[in-house]
Amino acid sequence: MENKLIILLVIILGAVATAQLVRVYELSVKMRKTGEHDINTRDNHLNAKLMLGFMFFQFIGFIYLMFKYGWTGRGVAASIQGVETDWLLNLNFVIITIMFFFTNFLLFYFTFKYVKKPGVSAFYYPHNNKLELVWTVVPAIVLAVIIILGLKSWNNLTSMAGEDAIRVELFSKQFDWTARYAGQDNILGKYDYKLTTDNNELALMTTNTIDSSIRIIIEGPSGIKNIQKILNKRDTVLADSVTSVLRNDLSRKERLLRLLVQMKNNHSKSLDKYSWDDIIQKDTLVLCKGKEYEFNFRAKDVIHSAYFMHFRAQINTVPGMTTRTKFKPIYTTEEMRKLENNPKFNYILMCNKICGGAHYKMKMMIVVKSESDYKAWLASKAKETFKDKYFPAPAAPTATAVPADTTKM
Amino acid sequence: MASIAHEGHGHDHHGEHHHEETFVSKYIFSHDHKMIGKQFLITAVFMGIIAMMLSILFRIQLAYPGESSDFLSFFLGEKWAPNGVLKEDMYLGLVTIHGTIMVFFLLTGGLSGTFSNILIPLQLGARDMASGFLNMLSFWFFFLSSLLMTVSLFVESGPAMAGWTVYPPLSALPQSVSGSGLGMTLWLFSMAIFIAGSLIGSLNYIVTVINLRTTGMTMTRMPLTIWAFFVTAILGVLSFPVLLSAALLLIMDRLAGTSFYLSDIIVSGEMLANHGGSPLLFQHLFWFLGHPEVYIVLLPALGLSSEIIATNSRKPIFGYKAMIASILAIGFLSFIVWGHHMFITGMNPFLGSVFVFTTLLIAIPSAVKVFNYLTTLWRGSLVLTPAMLFAIGLVSTFITGGVTGIILADSALDIAIHDTYFVVAHFHIVMGMSAVFGMFAGVYHWFPKLYGRMMNTRLGYVHFWITIIGAYGVFFPMHFVGLAGAPRRYYDYSVYNEFNQNSYDMIMDLNVIVTGFAIFAALGQGLFLFNFFYSIYRGPKAPQNPWNSNTLEWTTPVEHMHGNWPGELPTVHRWPYDYSKPGADSDFIPQTVPLAEGEEEH
Repeated sequence: MENKLIILLVIILGAVATAQLVRVYELSVKMRKTGEHDINTRDNHLNAKLMLGFMFFQFIGFIYLMFKYGWTGRGVAASIQGVETDWLLNLNFVIITIMFFFTNFLLFYFTFKYVKKPGVSAFYYPHNNKLELVWTVVPAIVLAVIIILGLKSWNNLTSMAGEDAIRVELFSKQFDWTARYAGQDNILGKYDYKLTTDNNELALMTTNTIDSSIRIIIEGPSGIKNIQKILNKRDTVLADSVTSVLRNDLSRKERLLRLLVQMKNNHSKSLDKYSWDDIIQKDTLVLCKGKEYEFNFRAKDVIHSAYFMHFRAQINTVPGMTTRTKFKPIYTTEEMRKLENNPKFNYILMCNKICGGAHYKMKMMIVVKSESDYKAWLASKAKETFKDKYFPAPAAPTATAVPADTTKM
Repeated sequence: MASIAHEGHGHDHHGEHHHEETFVSKYIFSHDHKMIGKQFLITAVFMGIIAMMLSILFRIQLAYPGESSDFLSFFLGEKWAPNGVLKEDMYLGLVTIHGTIMVFFLLTGGLSGTFSNILIPLQLGARDMASGFLNMLSFWFFFLSSLLMTVSLFVESGPAMAGWTVYPPLSALPQSVSGSGLGMTLWLFSMAIFIAGSLIGSLNYIVTVINLRTTGMTMTRMPLTIWAFFVTAILGVLSFPVLLSAALLLIMDRLAGTSFYLSDIIVSGEMLANHGGSPLLFQHLFWFLGHPEVYIVLLPALGLSSEIIATNSRKPIFGYKAMIASILAIGFLSFIVWGHHMFITGMNPFLGSVFVFTTLLIAIPSAVKVFNYLTTLWRGSLVLTPAMLFAIGLVSTFITGGVTGIILADSALDIAIHDTYFVVAHFHIVMGMSAVFGMFAGVYHWFPKLYGRMMNTRLGYVHFWITIIGAYGVFFPMHFVGLAGAPRRYYDYSVYNEFNQNSYDMIMDLNVIVTGFAIFAALGQGLFLFNFFYSIYRGPKAPQNPWNSNTLEWTTPVEHMHGNWPGELPTVHRWPYDYSKPGADSDFIPQTVPLAEGEEEH
């Protein structure tokens, strides 16, 4: 509380102090008998020198920051795509740094040099077509180079991944990431958000999961039947607001149910296998050095952005649509630690699109392994497919009993 | 707020326009373009103070995360800063409202609203705007929307928190973040009203420029300020309605259960039935305004500085026609580049490459403008008034921020730095600082015309040097925070501890520097505020043409009057840039002076 008073006091005293200073200054101006619009030679030249001084402040500051911090923060590019990006980035940086120094130098130097001097008048020079043509055409040529190189890289970076690229899905929600590997067949199983339940967080589509969702939406704790029961209970009195919430809920669930039933009719059992062999992986994304990856992205609630800063890859994840990116890691985590000279270095996937209060904590660690290590890791996951998780051992795959589910739909 | 605007003492020049004015009709519901301009300026100044304060609050959090700050608890209280530590949600709220106020209320309403109103009739030789009533309406819409936006800071669930771009679904779903409740509703209604006001204003500016030019004021004799305001108004008329539609669809998604932007969503465990909408639709609509908006902010600043640099270099602006062509080219291109904000949103990559091409084209007219400014300074006779310093500062920030735009416009490179602090640094320098410098330059230069008094020059100098050092001190290091990959809108960077301690240390070092300069620069604005308000009441009386300028506004009497000129409207005989013309008696020839025998027009 005391501190708050002090802050208030400082603000008030600051204003009073400035007021006094200006009073004093104004008296001095009155004594000089010149108007505020007459800029005297001393002020003029002082400001001109300060302008030149500022140029040095700006240039030295830039060079200092460049050498001290430069590229160090982002580290070496860790993917083939990243190497290409960094090469282009450096080239562009050279071009714009030259432009920055050249034009800022002219600006501040002219200000310094051509400040008003008694007896020297300005040079009447309204236009010169040749000059204007030069500085239209020269930037145009430089930009043409930048555009051509940029588009070439852009096409490389955004073209479809190769046939044999490993397919991984990254699922984003407030505030974490989940990975889904395509399993043995390298085909990701289908999904539909309406199939989301407690034991099927990624909403994968199989005959069983569709049935389970239909059952839950009809018979679950807050399913259609229960809502109807409450609404039809004539011996209790419900507030209008409660009734309208329930009615809305009911109509929403009726719509979802119809869509689910439609889905069931269209679903072919032969597609189940693509989902069953998928491997769901939380916390850490494990990648293999030297293999190309195609990442498919989904968002459950709001837009997120998958930002792989070390691989120089980024793409938004958007509810209602799938987005894609690809890259091929070229250093394992261990190799990168040596390159970065930092034994604690890790790769990371961050969220880079504002997604709510804990946005800044939404991340997934990434480990890049050598091929042999990766194969060993994959083997250890062989018994952790979606099917294994969905039907806890020793249940048989034909089981009709579906695990209890409490998901509020 | 308008009542603060003080108008000196009795009128001596009433002439044939003699009629009684009440306090209300003169200061509040005024139809006079000069008073409306001042109302815009004062409202924008207050909004600017709020937005600047918000930025200091979140800068403290960024430099000293998790540390208790009495400053924070003083302004935010226990609810939003328990024990002086900022809440995560409120951090996003502060960032969002800071951006919204700065872009729309200070730099659109404040810059174009103020100076279009004051200068269009005065520099064209018109008695007033085409419609005084619509002009008044445009201010009152602006004022109402400012009030609503300010009020939204105080609602219980917090102000809008989805970033100033308010991308749905985050902004559409109250379950996803607390600010998307009432705060977001107020944001949307405030913006809808703001857009209505801005449209009315812009239409009025366009009509005035086309119809009310005085005798001899051909389009190619108009000062570049008017060209800039004219093109700005056209941009506003063509793009703001698109933002209004984006906002209306969002309002419907929030309040009427439609699915324009929503599809397949489960939020807080609730499965929504919305299907088929696209969040990308909002982004397209938003940036269809959002990018022209950058030039709505920037062009008036460039127009003002063209005028100020020519006057104070005592030289004609170099390449007057090329400057007009550049303004037109920038205005046109600004409509076909919006997609460069969306390279990594999942938009079709081919579409992305088209936007790369159009975006980089904008660099050409921008470069032309810069070189023309430089050539104007070359062999001039520079009078470094505070306005001139700010105008030169504008050219510097326009260059510095402009060159990094080349990197961001290149989609292949944008992938790696999109939404990092590199972007934040880029647009703050090129759009924020340039426009703010242009606005300050305009205020210092035209203050004598606005209030009939002079601002204090020395305080102006100190203000300029603090501001430019502060601006570069804040935004230079910020580029390097961005190059370290630091995402924007992060409450803190603790996540870096888990993967790269070195980068974390570097980011924190730089963040402390940035915050230091930000506080320094903010305190410097106190000098401006003081100088501004003090000079309104007590500044020394201004002469009629303090800067020896050619344009028509300096031929009007110092004391404001209805109709601007006491007798007939002035007649224009030449372009506005006859400074230091060989053979002339003085180093300036006002536009009202007829061509001498045998004299050629530029």
